[in-house]
Amino acid sequence: MSYLTDEPIDPHALVRRVMRPSDGAYVLFEGVVRNHHHGKAVESIFYDAYRPMAEKEMELIVRDVESRFPDVALAVVHRLGHLVVGDSSIAIVACSPHRAESFEACRMTIDRIKQTVPIWKKERGPDGEEWLGWQGNDGQGQC
Amino acid sequence: MRTMKVRLLFFAVLRDIAGTDMHELALSDGTTARDVWQSLRGQYAKLSDYTQPPMIAINETYATPETVLRDGDELAFIPPVAGG
Repeated sequence: MSYLTDEPIDPHALVRRVMRPSDGAYVLFEGVVRNHHHGKAVESIFYDAYRPMAEKEMELIVRDVESRFPDVALAVVHRLGHLVVGDSSIAIVACSPHRAESFEACRMTIDRIKQTVPIWKKERGPDGEEWLGWQGNDGQGQC
Repeated sequence: MRTMKVRLLFFAVLRDIAGTDMHELALSDGTTARDVWQSLRGQYAKLSDYTQPPMIAINETYATPETVLRDGDELAFIPPVAGG
């Protein structure tokens, strides 16, 4: 099962993929393209990835979070390509017999994904476009 | 001195700077990932200020800058990630 897609995300398909009859709750997180970043207007975002490595890193994270929360089952998909304001870039479903673990597992999963999965975004707005996290470091000696 | 072949992949901002998504490198034995970064800094003016390399992946796994490359390796410098 791929963790990456070039198509719009169907969150309820994700829910159907992981929910088991023993589950009493699912938590659905969606990350959505917003129209601003650090005070600048954003019209769209281009998501790029080192695809095979991103798949591996997502798999590592899902396996690790599921091992920390043995009652939780996770489904994750990240969209790549050109997204506009309001589009979902990522959806995470965590389901479990009781709600508490699902909330925690979902939060841990998105936080981990943001730290290590090789996915990048280029924001486009009326002022031009830029890759997040790179510009602004010029001359600082590291990136 | 023996040489080895390494595929260097470029993503995101580094692909824009390099103007390509891949270089085939012929390197001498003992070359580290950091050595390759230093050579890129000489090659691309936009990288010259970045004395420290970004995160490094070798064969799709994170590695340290001091890792010695081997023949057939796939090397990628990973700009700050921004998924989610």
